[in-house]
Amino acid sequence: MVKLVLGEEQRQLRQAVRSFLAAASPPARARDGYDPAVYARLNGELGLSGLIVPEEYGGAGAGFAELAVALEETGAALLPGPFLATVFATVALTRVPDKDLLTGIAEGRTTATLAQPPGGGQLADVTAAPAPGGGVAVHGELAQVLSGMEADVLVAPALTGDGVALVAVDLTAGGVTRTPLEALDVTRGQARVELDGAPGRVLGTPPAGDAVGDRLAVALAAEQLGVLRGSLDAIVAYAKIRVTFGRAIGSYQGVKHKLADMHGKLEQAESIVRYAAWAADESPGELPAAAALAQAYVGRACFEVARDHLLLHGGVGFTWEHDAHLFYKRAKTDELLLGPPRVHRARLAGLLEL
Amino acid sequence: MNLDAYRREARAWLQANTPSEVPPGDDGVARAKEFMAKLYDAGYSGITWPERWGGQGLTQAEERAFAAEARHYALPTYVFSIGLGMTGPTLVDRGTDEQRARFVRPLLRGEEIWCQLFSEPGAGSDVAALQTRAVRDGQGWLINGQKVWTSVAQHADWGLLLARTDVEAPKHKGLTMFVVDMRHPGVTVRPLRDMTGRAHFNEVFFDDVPVPDEHRVGDTNDGWSVAVTTLLHERLSISAGVGMSGGEDDPSGLEALRRTADTTDPLVRDELVELHIRTRALALFNQRLAQEAEAGIFPGARGSVAKLLLAELTMYRADLATRLAGPACVVGGDPLSHAISFAPAMSLGGGTNEIMRNIIGERVLGLPPGPRVDKTVPFKDLKVGTQE
Repeated sequence: MVKLVLGEEQRQLRQAVRSFLAAASPPARARDGYDPAVYARLNGELGLSGLIVPEEYGGAGAGFAELAVALEETGAALLPGPFLATVFATVALTRVPDKDLLTGIAEGRTTATLAQPPGGGQLADVTAAPAPGGGVAVHGELAQVLSGMEADVLVAPALTGDGVALVAVDLTAGGVTRTPLEALDVTRGQARVELDGAPGRVLGTPPAGDAVGDRLAVALAAEQLGVLRGSLDAIVAYAKIRVTFGRAIGSYQGVKHKLADMHGKLEQAESIVRYAAWAADESPGELPAAAALAQAYVGRACFEVARDHLLLHGGVGFTWEHDAHLFYKRAKTDELLLGPPRVHRARLAGLLEL
Repeated sequence: MNLDAYRREARAWLQANTPSEVPPGDDGVARAKEFMAKLYDAGYSGITWPERWGGQGLTQAEERAFAAEARHYALPTYVFSIGLGMTGPTLVDRGTDEQRARFVRPLLRGEEIWCQLFSEPGAGSDVAALQTRAVRDGQGWLINGQKVWTSVAQHADWGLLLARTDVEAPKHKGLTMFVVDMRHPGVTVRPLRDMTGRAHFNEVFFDDVPVPDEHRVGDTNDGWSVAVTTLLHERLSISAGVGMSGGEDDPSGLEALRRTADTTDPLVRDELVELHIRTRALALFNQRLAQEAEAGIFPGARGSVAKLLLAELTMYRADLATRLAGPACVVGGDPLSHAISFAPAMSLGGGTNEIMRNIIGERVLGLPPGPRVDKTVPFKDLKVGTQE
């Protein structure tokens, strides 16, 4: 039966990640960018990079229910760097599976990212041909790669002599040109990646259908739930202490009622994320519709709450120094990360046979 | 008995005992009472209520199992809904043992019908501003005044009534809760025709209606805290039950709309996707609240979130269905005409959306209340209702 309430161990995981991030990487530090030392502790002390890596590759072998708990916390803290990108790559790698990379990720030695088809369409032309010294030489251009500057390895589908294969490219090797893109999201970047005979390795046949895409949608929704909650917590706290016309702004119905509506979105978003994570773990038949629902609802709700949280701060929310715009920009970037939101709605329409 | 066996038995019982159709009016009430007695005797009324007062003393799990089976039937339990959802739980929580022994079992068995008498023309959202008076009369009390929005009052044997017992005290501190005999000749029930053209509610007038002191629920002038108990049960019962079926017979539900709307039009398709998204979001939230309750997490004021969201979804759904259907749905008694007329009810009954947002803001999010001019002033010095 569907499980929408966290169990004892999941609550403990949430508490552990929450306390760690509150001390090591609170939202106020998100604008400083990726800190490998924080990642070393996140992976070392909490084992987060190996959470969904199967035990045989040195991971914890946990499911999406646990992953969602972790991503909600990293989202609420606006954790910078390649955590989500590595999760995306891990989702693809566990389906191949690739022992070397999964072990590296579980041990926290390797960060990775996954080439995303822009707009849910076809991938840009990436080709892989046998290289003289073994492996493959990879050619192609990727316009937008999540955490492309920070990740060590790129996982991408590529056209080979034998059809499409999933390849891993060492982003630190020769033949790779990475250009940081000026990003709306101050806390987490993207890069343009050009591969000109970059050394790669064929991992196997890409998983069929939407097995990967659906799980990326669920993982992203969990991060968005965190961003939503982080925004709401911030503005609720502020509404209790900021005084205008002689009383706290949260006592005005113009503010209070908006916050109540935002809380309604949080409750529904959390319910959907728990359901979608459960479907990813236990009910593959329900996963496609659950994943599309998660992106269609939570992506929008996250941006709306981040937007209203910024607006309710008043003028200070528009300043660079304040953190409000960090949530707002992460929420907008996340909403578009897996393509324009209409693709999720169109997918839902198809699955509902409308 | 394990839960699966319980559920199988419930299914078999419902299949064998649910009447096919029950007519409206007094004839229907008599048939509904017959059914309720059978339901009680089979052990399916008051499943979670204490055994001592006539309930089954089982858990939420059995209650949910039965509800899941009962969803497939239109059980004729409407006239008992106020008693089962609000006044009964209030008596179990706050009544004396004598009151529990006298009232709970007949309520569960459908022998007596209950209504709830809080709102007045001058006291809706601000129900503590009510003016119906209860004045000491020897050993008992005498009730005078007017109530409104009273469902099933025309069939009721008993009413749970909130009345003012002290006009010198501030508004919340001069109220007392009573059980009043609805069959007394001093009680006049008039159907109130609402915007649907039907009479879902009544106005109730009290003219020197006596109430013995044994029918006082809670202490004198402590009626407000009893009323809060009732209202909490009301919100939970509304959010848990009404309207959540959204099934095939609901003319504004997705299943009905996909049959009638032109889904080759991408604009229509996207509207239906939005309806699906909102419906699923709320259904999953309600399911999560139910699972939390089973795990021992009491929803408390979060029941108001579910109630607010249901109110908004109900309004949105009927509005969308009419927009998709076009001009034909506003003539000829189309079911959507009734749906759009009835839709505001969910946003008004059991506390308006604005009241729900106040409750969510203050009791869930912990925001400070607005300044109040009415909490410390003697009631007799306050402005209430629409007086100039």
